[in-house]
Amino acid sequence: MKGLLKYLKPYTKESILAPAFKLVEALLDLIVPLVIADIVNTGVKTGNRQYIIIRFAFLILLAVAGLGFSITAQFFAARASVGFAAALRRDLFSHIQNFSFEKLDKIGTETLITRITGDVAQLQNGVNMVLRLLLRSPFIVFGAMIMAFTINVKAALIFVISIPVLAGVVSAIMWITIPLYKKVQSLLDGVLLTTRENLTGVRVIRAFCKEEEEVKEFDNKNDAFTKMNLFVGRISALLNPATYVLINIATCILFLHAGDSVYTGEMEQGDLLALYNYMAQMIVELVKLASLIITINKALACGERVSAVLKEEPGMAYPDKEEASEEADSNPYTDSEIAVLFDHVSFSYAGSKEDALTDLNFVIHAGETIGIIGGTGSGKSTLVNLIPRFYDATKGSVEVFGRDVKEYAQGELIQNIGVVPQKAVLFAGSIRDNLKWGNENATEEEIARALEISQSSEIVEKKEGKLDEIVEQGGKNFSGGQKQRLTIARALVKNPRILILDDSSSALDYATDLKLRRALKSLDGEMTTFIVSQRTSSIQNADLILVLDDGQIVGSGTHEELLKDCDVYREIYDSQTKDNGEESA
Amino acid sequence: MSKSKSPSAISKLLKFLGRYKLLLLLSLLLSVVTVVLQLYIPVLYGHCIDYAVEKGNVNFEGIHNEVHLLLIFIAIAGVSTYVMGLANNRLTYGIVKNIRAKAIRKIQLLPLSYLDRKGVGDVVSRIITDTDQLSDGLLLGFTQLFSGVVTIIVTLIIMLKMNPWITLLVILLTPLSFFVSKFIATGTYKMFKAQNEIRAEQTALVEEMVGGAGIVHAFGYENRAKERFSENNERLRQAAEKAVFYSSLTNPSTRAVNSVIYACVALMGAYMILNGKLTVGGLSLLLAYANQYMKPFTDISSVITELQNALSCAARVFELLEEPDQVAENNQILADVAGNTDLERVFFSYTKEKPLIEDFNLHIKEGTHVAIVGPTGCGKTTLINLLMRFYDVDKGCIMIDGTGIYDVTRKSLRESYGMVLQETWLKKATVRENIAFGMPDAKEEDIIKAAKEAHSWSFIKRLPQGLNTEIDDSSLSQGQKQLLCITRVMLTLPPMLILDEATSSIDTRTELKIQNAFEKMMEGRTTFIVAHRLSTIRNADIILVMKDGHIVEQGSHDELLDRGGFYRELYYSQFAGVEI
Repeated sequence: MKGLLKYLKPYTKESILAPAFKLVEALLDLIVPLVIADIVNTGVKTGNRQYIIIRFAFLILLAVAGLGFSITAQFFAARASVGFAAALRRDLFSHIQNFSFEKLDKIGTETLITRITGDVAQLQNGVNMVLRLLLRSPFIVFGAMIMAFTINVKAALIFVISIPVLAGVVSAIMWITIPLYKKVQSLLDGVLLTTRENLTGVRVIRAFCKEEEEVKEFDNKNDAFTKMNLFVGRISALLNPATYVLINIATCILFLHAGDSVYTGEMEQGDLLALYNYMAQMIVELVKLASLIITINKALACGERVSAVLKEEPGMAYPDKEEASEEADSNPYTDSEIAVLFDHVSFSYAGSKEDALTDLNFVIHAGETIGIIGGTGSGKSTLVNLIPRFYDATKGSVEVFGRDVKEYAQGELIQNIGVVPQKAVLFAGSIRDNLKWGNENATEEEIARALEISQSSEIVEKKEGKLDEIVEQGGKNFSGGQKQRLTIARALVKNPRILILDDSSSALDYATDLKLRRALKSLDGEMTTFIVSQRTSSIQNADLILVLDDGQIVGSGTHEELLKDCDVYREIYDSQTKDNGEESA
Repeated sequence: MSKSKSPSAISKLLKFLGRYKLLLLLSLLLSVVTVVLQLYIPVLYGHCIDYAVEKGNVNFEGIHNEVHLLLIFIAIAGVSTYVMGLANNRLTYGIVKNIRAKAIRKIQLLPLSYLDRKGVGDVVSRIITDTDQLSDGLLLGFTQLFSGVVTIIVTLIIMLKMNPWITLLVILLTPLSFFVSKFIATGTYKMFKAQNEIRAEQTALVEEMVGGAGIVHAFGYENRAKERFSENNERLRQAAEKAVFYSSLTNPSTRAVNSVIYACVALMGAYMILNGKLTVGGLSLLLAYANQYMKPFTDISSVITELQNALSCAARVFELLEEPDQVAENNQILADVAGNTDLERVFFSYTKEKPLIEDFNLHIKEGTHVAIVGPTGCGKTTLINLLMRFYDVDKGCIMIDGTGIYDVTRKSLRESYGMVLQETWLKKATVRENIAFGMPDAKEEDIIKAAKEAHSWSFIKRLPQGLNTEIDDSSLSQGQKQLLCITRVMLTLPPMLILDEATSSIDTRTELKIQNAFEKMMEGRTTFIVAHRLSTIRNADIILVMKDGHIVEQGSHDELLDRGGFYRELYYSQFAGVEI
């Protein structure tokens, strides 16, 4: 949390001046009751009209000066808090961009998005409020007490006693209710969840005729939520009447006591008026302070969450550029014929006890097409994710073009690899912007060729704006199949030496899939291609097929070899071609 | 627009209040008591000040009497504020609870066409957010508005009684404060709009670059992402600085205007004391009022904006509650279903402009396995919507064992079907509760037996708490979720089955293993199967090949292949790889 303070550092001047100006304004506020007392004690008593006019002018002066100081303070507070938030947001974004896949899995991208957008905005508000109000309110409360001392010591003692009593009551009520509000929130989440479930599952609920049960479950949650709300409400509703009663009792005591003081001449009538005004100022500020504390509490919680993200290590270390190039020079195998080598590679996801991949060994020569097949959860995607070093192997080593993937400098390895992920994602911008993601300087010819191979020329042709057609956020204006083909084009524009297709033709119809594979095949020799698939038809022409089962390679070879030797492969093949009835009999 | 809507929304809400009307009345009554007392108490303080004139001239008895009265009033004001708070809580939370309870019941009765059209997010926000806004804005807003008006009236009465001239002064100067805050608000609006536009851009960028972090890494796009963000962030900083600064001017400015009014009251008051038209205590009261006088006005103006917002929320909530229910059902019970299914001259479309199913006929004997194939959007899922009566046909009839499905209760119709859909839906509950969803009193051994048959047992037993593991939508893989949905149906085994892409996320090898169980389950049961994978439907007795809402071909696998039509084309494209 303290680490976040460094973002305020460039605004040290503003951060000091804002509360300072605010304090001056508060001081002016505190003078007002004294001036009124003067008007009554001296002006009215002596009938000196000029004296009253001068005091009136002074009051106006105080108002104008107060406005000036206050505006200056608001300006500095705005500049400091907004600047703080902007710098924090920039660093947070950059930091998150460096997170490894493992980190992203662990924290979750949804969470990270709310950290950047929601939490930082709350923090900005918190900093702004703190700069403006945190010092002001206590200052007025204690200032009122000190002013009371200057008027009458005995009367001031009433202030001395009532301030801690009031502060105690306010903080006790807040101390009890804040954790309860968290409970209310979680109960509301429950109500929300059940509502959502009732809508998302409406077909299943109706199919199983479970409407009544669902309503009953909702009623229970709704009741619990309402009860909790009423319970918390009973406590927090005490805040206003309690402070009101206390401050007025204090005022009553003040008046009882003041009667004596005025009688003995210790105090004048105007002083009494001033003391009464200070009481009023005090209670206003105490209530403001209470709501400020709630804001600060929220901001602090946001601050904790943001700094927790900033404290996370990026999760993957890279050698620096020079080291990496030295390494490359000294390595005789660089540019070797071996594109990818897995040497006793095992991998498990963070927090999981079981291996996702176990002891993989294989060698892929440059220019080959490799098919990877296996059931759901057999580790196909995990395997290809190790090649561009999205994850680090837990055991063993992965080499690409003769160098351990860990020896590449940041960004160096990925230049050589084009990845087409399972889920086709396009970004807001033009089609051209999207295609140039991996290669900013791609020429029109390169783009055209990539479109050709990926079977997406016709998609672009059909669009009015051609390559400059706008892609909406999330690629909403393209169908699943179109997106998938464009993501393949995007990877090809990079001119990668290795291309990884991670089950990336699932949304294509068979004919297009076939054309795509033929086009890729025609590139033979230029590129090493990995095709991950569940369909044997997609990979049966590969130079080498790796069959995965439960994280292990249970077969490798060509289609024909595997049909002969590999039971798992044959089962998969049969399940997709031959008559199921015969097979299972 | 809001004008035509507001009275109706308010009168609807009043109807909804029911027994809470008394509570609302109590709350309003208490707010009058509170406001009057809170405003009268400073009057008594003024008297106290007047009793303490100077050295040797203090009316102690007067002060004591006033203090006694004060303590009583303070106590009453305190209690009535508290009770009013409780009444408001009970009122708002109670109304919210009732509206939500009504809404969830409404959801069960609404036609699916409405829910599909509106989407989950819209309906959820009506039930959760809009309802909250309605109670906060409309009910609390109303009580605040009421007490604000009472405050202004009572204040004016007391001030007028105290001194009409100073009251006049305050009334004349008040618009100044309004003018200032209005002026600032107009200026701020533009700046906030600019800020919000840039912020929306930023949110979209963050969602893309962080949400798609995987692709950002895969393309080494990190630095360009950072540059784009920094550029936008700097623009946001500049816009936000202006917006935050200008909006924060309102308070100091109105406070300054207020201070000027305060000074004027002090000046005039002092002169009036000199002329004997006012006492010092009276001045103290006028000053206190001058200080607070603005508050109800600013409160009221903010409450009114909130009320407008709340009214549109209320309209949205009532629109949901008043949406017509699905058509009433006949109360015949469909029992002892054999599974003969007939569709006769069925017409159906989601929207009038786009006819989908036209003059559709289908006659199926009990125990027949019907496979429905065809390209996306051809109407396969629509057929299931009609069979399950999620949607009603526009024309024609659907019969089971000769009984029209519109003559029987929805419950008895739907209980005759076991359904597994492509989109897996599981509750946030234990695995056991999810499997036993259709049969809550199922025995443990039956659950395990069903799980074993559906091949879900092997992963269930490896979960941390086995059957008692709490799951939600994201804790299992798509394939595992699908297996659980199959288990759920395996347990109940109704007389007819609907399998809509039931195994789309399960790999073919596991699918093959489940196939046995499926076949056992389907034995003797009329079954409708929708699938992309032709291999899974080859064994069906009848294959319906659909295209654009029509059945273009109909027959067994071999017949259709021989016919050499659309089916053959679909089937052979699967093995195209062989041809290279």
